[in-house]
Amino acid sequence: MSFLVGENMVCGYGGADILHGCTVGVDPGEIAVVVGPNGAGKSTAMKAMFGMLDLKEGQVLLEGEDITGLKPQERVLRGMGFVPQNHNVFTGMTVEENLEMGAFIRRDDIAMTMEQVFGLFPILKEKRKQPAGELSGGQRQQVAVGRALMTQPKILMLDEPTAGVSPIVMDELFDRIIEVAQTGIAILMVEQNAKQALNIADRGFVLVQGRNAYTDTGAALMADPEVRRAFLGG
Amino acid sequence: MTDFLNALVILANFILVPGLAYGSQLALGALGVTLVYGVLRFSNFAHGETMAFGTMLVILVTWMLQGAGASFGPLPTALLALPIGIAGAVVLCLVTDRLVYRYYRRQRASSVIYLIVSVGVMFVYNGLIRFVIGPRDQNFTDGQRFIMKAREFKNMTGLNEGLAIKTTQAVTLGTAVVTVGIVFWFLNKTRTGKSMRAFSDNEDLALLSGINPDRVVMIAWIMTAALATIAGTLYGLDKSFKPFVYLQLLLPIFAAAIVGGVGNPLGAIAGGFVIAFSELFVTFAYKRVVTYMVPESMAPEGLVQILSTDYKFAVSFMILVIVLLVKPTGIFSGKSL
Repeated sequence: MSFLVGENMVCGYGGADILHGCTVGVDPGEIAVVVGPNGAGKSTAMKAMFGMLDLKEGQVLLEGEDITGLKPQERVLRGMGFVPQNHNVFTGMTVEENLEMGAFIRRDDIAMTMEQVFGLFPILKEKRKQPAGELSGGQRQQVAVGRALMTQPKILMLDEPTAGVSPIVMDELFDRIIEVAQTGIAILMVEQNAKQALNIADRGFVLVQGRNAYTDTGAALMADPEVRRAFLGG
Repeated sequence: MTDFLNALVILANFILVPGLAYGSQLALGALGVTLVYGVLRFSNFAHGETMAFGTMLVILVTWMLQGAGASFGPLPTALLALPIGIAGAVVLCLVTDRLVYRYYRRQRASSVIYLIVSVGVMFVYNGLIRFVIGPRDQNFTDGQRFIMKAREFKNMTGLNEGLAIKTTQAVTLGTAVVTVGIVFWFLNKTRTGKSMRAFSDNEDLALLSGINPDRVVMIAWIMTAALATIAGTLYGLDKSFKPFVYLQLLLPIFAAAIVGGVGNPLGAIAGGFVIAFSELFVTFAYKRVVTYMVPESMAPEGLVQILSTDYKFAVSFMILVIVLLVKPTGIFSGKSL
């Protein structure tokens, strides 16, 4: 039983189901990566686990407790953080204000956490007074991740954090994500760049058409010839 | 040289001073429209009536105060009544939100539906106001009428032309500066204000950050009601209170909000002054100014007026159309409608 797990999830938008009973989970200090072809339901699985979509079947468990009925905001209070794929920063607000808004639910002093985020992403400290909308793609993603870290989550969920950034920035972001995981936070992310993502993954989930096709450690999936041929381009 | 100064004084007397006052009134009105648009994401057609409702309460309380013999020295008594008017308008807005808008919010209605709903709300307010105070002109200005009279200015400077500054004009500008200062301080420096900006910027992400939407909406209504009442009262003091005029004010106020960039508070202020000064520039008769500036033989016979004052609303319309064609997001790049 994982720390956070979505079990046998069935859901979709309106009519047809996208997920047909898939299971995704992650443990503290671990990086779990969900990969798969377009339309496999990767992002849908993330949304379902964060309560942005209602499940028709299955359940979401956090530390063994059923949280299926909780709203996203309530999950934030339970220690879950989410970085959406698009529109994941407040473009009209400064970097610092973005981080402050990330910590909105906290009533204690956030200065320490903000320093930690600046330690992780030094460029943000430099640009703290600049509107987030004026930053480059990679810097924006850092703001987005930083914002989610401000609640001091136990689990950080990332929906394609490297979408639209250059390969160099992508490596950089992955390094930062590993650093975050090393602090004991569970990381669950969806990735298009399957190879690079599985390389840093402790656990990998390959989804195909809303079902679990392969589930193993990142290294084992990388070594599996079938997975390589079908999903990683040989 | 004296001629030049005389010309300048005419412009100051008939354009600069009234423009600053009218611009402040529009700016405060537009700020309310922009706040509702930013947070609730619809164009609130009931805003003009909210202004009228708040002003009506201020007038009623002012009459009571005057009846009781209270006064605010040289300043209008209405300023003392303002807090009560604001409180009443806040109650009205919150009750309306609870009874009407909340239903559509739960339905996740599109902004066009909201807009039509706000037109309905406008008619209800409209009736309510006429029921209580009637459709006629009400004058409630008291206190000292002028800070500087035209004749005093002439005696002081020795010029032919006078510059008059009404107390209400100075009060308008002063109140507007203080109000805008408070609004900007609130939006930029306080936690709640920042959460409103965040909500306006990116609603989904604000929800993910744990910002309570009901609270943001409530505060937006409170601020809108306060701004509407202040703007309406200042306008009423400066001109006079007539419900129909407040309905008409909706056009320049919307024009101001859109010209500045809807959803952008700074834009609303700038837009208010752009509209106010354009109206005055276009409808002002420059005859006397030109007469001072050119040799006597060339003095114009006509009024040298671009548009008759009857067309002042056309000015707002023209600016609106030009902005929507050329830069739909407005001067300060707000959201496009």
